Amino acid sequence: MMRRMILTVVLLAVLPFAALAVEPDEMLSDPALEARAREVSKELRCVVCQNQDIDSSNAGVARDLRILVRERLIAGDTNEAVLTYIRARYGDYVLMKPPFKPETYVLWLAPIALILIGAGVVFVVLSNGNRRRIAAPLSAKEEQEVTDLLAQNDRTLP
Amino acid sequence: MKRALAALPILTALVLGAFFLWGLNPDRDPAAIPSVLIAQPAPAFDLPAVDGVGVPGLARSNLTDNPEPVVINVFASWCVPCRAEHAVLTRMVERDGITLFGINYKDKPEDARVWLEKLGNPYRRIGSDLDGRAGIEWGTSGVPETFIVAGDGTVLFRYVGPIVGAEAEQKFALALAQARATERPGS
Repeated sequence: MMRRMILTVVLLAVLPFAALAVEPDEMLSDPALEARAREVSKELRCVVCQNQDIDSSNAGVARDLRILVRERLIAGDTNEAVLTYIRARYGDYVLMKPPFKPETYVLWLAPIALILIGAGVVFVVLSNGNRRRIAAPLSAKEEQEVTDLLAQNDRTLP
Repeated sequence: MKRALAALPILTALVLGAFFLWGLNPDRDPAAIPSVLIAQPAPAFDLPAVDGVGVPGLARSNLTDNPEPVVINVFASWCVPCRAEHAVLTRMVERDGITLFGINYKDKPEDARVWLEKLGNPYRRIGSDLDGRAGIEWGTSGVPETFIVAGDGTVLFRYVGPIVGAEAEQKFALALAQARATERPGS
């Protein structure tokens, strides 16, 4: 019991730091530049760990890319230029946010298209239902028939 | 209109089904990253030789003027699959007469030397990529990776992972044969 509690406390204490993959020796002394490096790193996907940015990945390649990002920034590249540089080597895959271009139209537009289709279906179904519910009032002849039928019913029942 | 609507669930099921069929195909590797290098000139890099191995280093200039396609293998002595692949590469060099260049990725020169002494050195040139920077230039995500580069330095093919096993070897041999065929038209 005691041991479990200690473990929980330790894990909870460690948790906030778990996402910090950037090691102290990688960090730049210039805080503004370091902030930009972090920003760029969050845009870049770690190529060996599927859905993680390089800023939070402990993989070796991610570390190399983080160092590369910082080197490019020191060399005077803009954030955009750094992303372009790495994209030229690893392709669009390396960007956490895929660019909008013919190959990715399906990716970007499918959710909107699906919502539109869904909304269309809902609209059609609901409007059909409404039409059914608002029935036209009975004509005089129909009214007469109903009265006759009800009268007939009263007579046949005991 | 109603008829068309009635077909909608079936249509949706078909589209989703086709998507799942594609997604669940065991032959599809979801981790595969398409290389941007294919049909592009080889990236710029210049690597020194590995100390004590006795073959020269590797640079881009070694790739731009070859009589036939060359194979570039990214390897390391700490990489276990590379050991298995080493035998396959050696066989390709001995049997098929391919020109094999190596990029020794993030490896201690001393470890690489011992490794090559023990297993034999099929590489004609080996560049020592200590900090992995050349690996980034080539867009590699790990070791081993193998590229086929045309005589003029155009990257033709990339294989991620070890070329071990009948299927992998067949795939690579096919790519190599294609590269050689396009390189020497008519012969």
